[in-house]
Amino acid sequence: MGAVIKVGMADLKTGKAPDTITTLGLGSCIGIALWDSTTKIGGLAHVMLPDSTRIRNNTNVAKFADTGITELVRQMERLGVQRKRMVAKIAGGARMFEVSGKTSVGNIGEKNALASKAKLRELGIRLVAEDTGLNYGRTVELDCSTGDYIIKAVGKPIKKI
Amino acid sequence: MGKFSFDNVNSMYFDVLKEIGNIGAGNATTAVAQMLNLTIEMKVPKVELKAVEDLGSAICPEEETIVGIFLEVQQDISGSIMFLMRLDSAHYLVDRLMGGMGGGGEDGAEFSEMELSAMKEIGNIIAGSYLSALSSMTNLVIAPSIPYISVDMAAAILSVPAIQFGQFGDNALMIQTEFGADVMIDGYFILLPDEDSYDKILGSLGITL
Repeated sequence: MGAVIKVGMADLKTGKAPDTITTLGLGSCIGIALWDSTTKIGGLAHVMLPDSTRIRNNTNVAKFADTGITELVRQMERLGVQRKRMVAKIAGGARMFEVSGKTSVGNIGEKNALASKAKLRELGIRLVAEDTGLNYGRTVELDCSTGDYIIKAVGKPIKKI
Repeated sequence: MGKFSFDNVNSMYFDVLKEIGNIGAGNATTAVAQMLNLTIEMKVPKVELKAVEDLGSAICPEEETIVGIFLEVQQDISGSIMFLMRLDSAHYLVDRLMGGMGGGGEDGAEFSEMELSAMKEIGNIIAGSYLSALSSMTNLVIAPSIPYISVDMAAAILSVPAIQFGQFGDNALMIQTEFGADVMIDGYFILLPDEDSYDKILGSLGITL
């Protein structure tokens, strides 16, 4: 059994098989998992907001989809993972309350998901699976041995993407 | 863009926000007492400034199921307010309100439709009385929307205020109240005015940043 590495809100971590990397209770935030099947190195970022350039106070890079993904990629490259070998899976981005999608509370999850996908595309990282949107919270676990992204939600069966 | 951020509040502003919290929570407790026809005691609310990153575990462990009730706020100020309870408190309140006719939902769901709707109403009354305290202190017109409810993991529900606060700072303000008769209930308020509305609230109380 490897270590269980916990990622907080606005936080990011890397790990290597047999570790698993987890973040608990994603709501409108996004959990971006990156993994390389050759080195079995993985990384997980728990980002809260789509765009660091629109926020005055943006010192914590892990808070934002754009800077968070860039930083996670940088850390994995430093561990010897080639960018072209990285694959991405994302989860989260829920609308926790059924408010109108026009309000900032209503559409932030969707914006986070779109911004994460845009950044991955820009960096040339392939998105292979996603479980985003809807109206419930998710706990996620990246298994660095297999690249499985396991998703748990209240009252729902465990999902593997 | 407003100048307000919790990252630069000094003790005076904090005291004002605290006082609004105290009066609001007091009003809300009275409303619950009337609704349930109980004599309710209330402890002095705790007002805390939390790092946004820690909000997910501020009430209980991240994955514990809690109840969150959310209302949007409009008119003179805009934003939203949340009232949060742990499950045992929510079950207790809903059972009291429904005269012991609760008992959970079908297929193992935590609450039935009827109970969810009763809880929305409780949240509505609690948040509404909090807002009316804020309104009479500030002379601002504050109109709440219908209540929205979520029964889910604490961190997931709390990601909503964390994100809202996170847009203009690294800190969030949370008010914890404890009230009850035979059983004590823990409730948590999070007031989420849009950035400009903070200046308005403080300005209407004669404070400028």
